[in-house]
Amino acid sequence: MSRINDVGGMVGFPAVIEEPDEPAFHADWEAHVFALNGVMLRRGVYNLDEFRDAIERMPPAEYLASSYYEKWFHAITTLLAEKGIATPEELAGG
Amino acid sequence: MSTTHDDGPLAARVRHVEALLEERGWLADGELDARIDAFAAGGSPANGAAIVARAWVDPGFRERLLADASTAIEELGMSMAAGLQVQPLVAVANTADEHHVVVCTLCSCYPVALLGPSPTWYKSEAYRSRVVRDPRGVLREFGLELPDAVHITVWDASAETRYMVVPRRPEGTDDLSEQELAGLVTRKGLIGTAAV
Repeated sequence: MSRINDVGGMVGFPAVIEEPDEPAFHADWEAHVFALNGVMLRRGVYNLDEFRDAIERMPPAEYLASSYYEKWFHAITTLLAEKGIATPEELAGG
Repeated sequence: MSTTHDDGPLAARVRHVEALLEERGWLADGELDARIDAFAAGGSPANGAAIVARAWVDPGFRERLLADASTAIEELGMSMAAGLQVQPLVAVANTADEHHVVVCTLCSCYPVALLGPSPTWYKSEAYRSRVVRDPRGVLREFGLELPDAVHITVWDASAETRYMVVPRRPEGTDDLSEQELAGLVTRKGLIGTAAV
């Protein structure tokens, strides 16, 4: 069964929107999320396939409502919890 | 699809997780900034433009590029080995009869280490879902109107293979230097959503 990320050919999405002269990151937190993932991968906390899987198994509604780097942050925190680096409560900051 | 959010709470959550990881020794002070700087100094569409310009002026290189792009780009001092995971690069060349366009329907696979970050639209559900079903219509939205006789091939990038498009050399460019030719090539041209 396909997951929500498998959108190829899916009907109903709107026209593609281009952003002229867009920056690599739209906010500092996006750059930090990008870099954080790179560091976790290099340290072997998780691997790239596990990272992709953590994005792809997001609940569909949350997946579709999230921006690209929000999906990344979701996957990072999911994996940090599953690998026992910190509890979900600690990661959420309460 | 992506929606606009108030970044404030999210930025605070990211900072919180960073602080937690630093406290537990999983992240060193300054490690993120170093990685961000390295990324900014890494891949760029200019690399792709240089590859295309060489292919335009050197038929032998073009042949080697289309046969084995990962090896051919090493002639220009470039490499696919700079990424976290090494994927082979496949170059596909547009002709008068055939146009190529690249997508990653599952997510966002793109030769980032070579060409720099992909545009946000490349990662959007709108592009990923629609370009495989109606490539001609999507290209039209990008302002690229292709004659019906031109066959369009859509390449779906994956965790194992990355693609770049070699656009057609524009007419009237016989007098341009290789460097000037490279200046004509855009990031969209390398993905296939622009003619050059």
